[in-house]
Amino acid sequence: MTEQEIRDAVLESLSGVAPELDLSEVEDDTDLRNDLDLDSMDFLNFVIAVSERLGVDVPEADYGRMDTLAKCVEYLRAAQAK
Amino acid sequence: MNGDGTAAPRLRLTYRDAVREAIRDALTRDERVFLMGEDVGRYGGCYAVSKGLLAEFGEDRIRDTPLSESAFVGAGIGAALNGMRPIVEVMTVNFSLLALDQIVNNAATIPHMSGGQFAVPLVIRMATGSGRQLAAQHSHSLEGWYAHIPGLKILAPATLEDARGMLWTAIEDPNPVLIFENVQLYDMEGELPADAGPVDITRAAIRREGKHASVVTFGGSVPKAVAAAETLAGEGVDVEVVDLRSLRPLDDATIMASVAKTHRVLVVDEGWRSGGLSAEVSARINEQVFYELDAPVARLAGVEVPIPYPKHLEDASVPQADTIAAALREMVGRR
Amino acid sequence: MSAFVMPSLGADMEAGTVVEWLRKVGDTVHHGDVIAVVETHKGAIEVEVFEDGVVEEILVPPGEEVPVGTALAMIGDGSGASAAAAPKAPLPAAAPPMAGEVRRPDVLKVKPKAPVAAEEGRRRVSPYARRRAEALGVDLADVKGTGPGGVVQAVDVEQAAGRARASGREAPAAPPGRRRGFDPEAMRQGIAAAMAKSHREIPHYYLDTTIDMQAAMHWLEAANAERPVAQRLLYATLLIKATALALRKVPELNGFWIDGGARPAERVHIGWAIALRGGGLMAPAIHDADTMSLDALMAAMRDLVARARSGGIRGSEMTDPTITITNLGERGAEAVHGLIYPPQLALVGFGRLAQAPLAIDGAVSVRPVVRASLAGDHRGSDGHSGGLLLAAIDALLQKPEGL
Repeated sequence: MTEQEIRDAVLESLSGVAPELDLSEVEDDTDLRNDLDLDSMDFLNFVIAVSERLGVDVPEADYGRMDTLAKCVEYLRAAQAK
Repeated sequence: MNGDGTAAPRLRLTYRDAVREAIRDALTRDERVFLMGEDVGRYGGCYAVSKGLLAEFGEDRIRDTPLSESAFVGAGIGAALNGMRPIVEVMTVNFSLLALDQIVNNAATIPHMSGGQFAVPLVIRMATGSGRQLAAQHSHSLEGWYAHIPGLKILAPATLEDARGMLWTAIEDPNPVLIFENVQLYDMEGELPADAGPVDITRAAIRREGKHASVVTFGGSVPKAVAAAETLAGEGVDVEVVDLRSLRPLDDATIMASVAKTHRVLVVDEGWRSGGLSAEVSARINEQVFYELDAPVARLAGVEVPIPYPKHLEDASVPQADTIAAALREMVGRR
Repeated sequence: MSAFVMPSLGADMEAGTVVEWLRKVGDTVHHGDVIAVVETHKGAIEVEVFEDGVVEEILVPPGEEVPVGTALAMIGDGSGASAAAAPKAPLPAAAPPMAGEVRRPDVLKVKPKAPVAAEEGRRRVSPYARRRAEALGVDLADVKGTGPGGVVQAVDVEQAAGRARASGREAPAAPPGRRRGFDPEAMRQGIAAAMAKSHREIPHYYLDTTIDMQAAMHWLEAANAERPVAQRLLYATLLIKATALALRKVPELNGFWIDGGARPAERVHIGWAIALRGGGLMAPAIHDADTMSLDALMAAMRDLVARARSGGIRGSEMTDPTITITNLGERGAEAVHGLIYPPQLALVGFGRLAQAPLAIDGAVSVRPVVRASLAGDHRGSDGHSGGLLLAAIDALLQKPEGL
């Protein structure tokens, strides 16, 4: 899966959790929780969504490595490669 | 209270007794007073109002007349014009139609047409209303018709006090005064002070104070309205009952003050609704206190049929305490 | 048979609009069925029926705003007998007819006829009601008529003026026109009314305690490590379960202050404050949270958040909470001192989960901690009870395996 495909999957998952988001404003270093105002339930739903889309199991301990769009994509790309 | 500060003893009597006491009092006070009508003497009056008076006052002052309303009412007008103070009894308001010409064309007009030179200090008493199974020729309520006529004063005593007190005040009035005694009231019992006397004949009276709705009514419907008000008091609705007492002139001030207080009003009239007294009262309320109204003026009047003979139909044809209560419940939105 | 009425979906609700009937006349309904969708300033709420029966008559069509308590439909046994009991039946409750009594057609006819249906755009307001509205400064657009045929009478104006005073706002407040769905401005008004009432009427007392969350977080990490992501628990689940269990031990803080007295509730329905993105807040009930497993609780929370944000909260969920929990989560401030949602008796607040130095066994140790607070209604309880509740929550969180 290409980085762009992963990126698209992340953005689609975010959109599912927070439909009112303007995805064009989500940049690489946007903090998903603080800048997009996702609470823990939203973030959990986001993780569930990307996990299902990409077939990756994200341990809770790794949530901290997914706090921006860029880090998220990077983490998921690495996890998929395993 | 008497002038010396002691309370007068109270007498138990009926409305009929009170009217008789009023006549006796008038005959005693003024020798110009006499009673005239069909069967008022030997028979004692068709409702037994004048029973015993013939023996007490004699044939000159208690005069049986031929069965000719036009003649004896006309004679009463003539006597009044010539300085007497006649009390003319007409058996029922239905029969008074035979004297309509005398009452409307003569009694009511002569003071006006004579430029005030001639007064007609005549009192005509008549029975009115239904409730005694006397059928359609003896049971109607035509007070509203007479209340239409300028030059007349129209009274409707609904209490013992008024039955006792209105007559003398009416006799003293220089105008022709018609007193309507509702036949359902004759047997009404109560107490009056032994020294009860004349009362004013210009003001309406509040028979029961209330704040949620007013019933404006008169005559035989007053006790029914009070009974309905008592029923509604048990349901938390506080109803004021205004007894008009004088149907002409109407005491607008008292009516309007009550409506301004309660903001809802039901006009109850045993007479027919179309063109009736309830229409007049309703119209005046709308003219004078429209902006006080929290609900449309409501009316409860007689069913527009000749009064039936059978008891249950007769009862059903005029307002009763339960129908007054029902109309009030609907008006206050009892919910 | 009985009337299905417009429910009060919160202390701040005065009227609602049926947006949609989900059942029609003749349908059989059962206790708990959602039969209508009602629009309030909290958005669309699904309203349940609380009896078994048949919808015999629908009295309020979609789109009509009616005051709380107005009969919306009649639920009966299917015989149609409820029609006579429907409040729209115009006949007065006269004495039962005697044998032989006849109808009094004219007597009935002379009663003022209730206006059948108000003409479009023309409101029926009694003359006296107009004068009262002017005197009291009430905007008639905000007044719902309860007289015959919906006419506005003086009592309606006076009640509207009383409500405006009670909610501490100057009349008029509501913008004209109908709203559909979620209206952040209207919700703000609702929150404003409820919180102003709370602040004005409820004598709050506040207690704080710092809870060592190390045991709870260790347990949670271990539990979640074994679970696929879709079955993981949120840390808030532990807080809610611990609070629900603690309320069993301190029941005087669970329930309502009604009519001048505390009415503790037998069951524990946690009102969970959910922030809505785009503004607004609601605290719908997690029913019987004290009896739920953590997994069931987590499922209930997920469901509730999803429905809160999509507008599918049910009426009972709005009215049932016996206490509210507000949880700032893993971000935000260290502590929260909230206002009680009337008529509840208390509110429990949890601040941000943070690392902080804590004295443990005579030594300073850095631990995950959370500041728990209690806002109590001092009319219904005293600080002692509040302290017991916070202590019980603390104790329960030290043994997360028991939750």
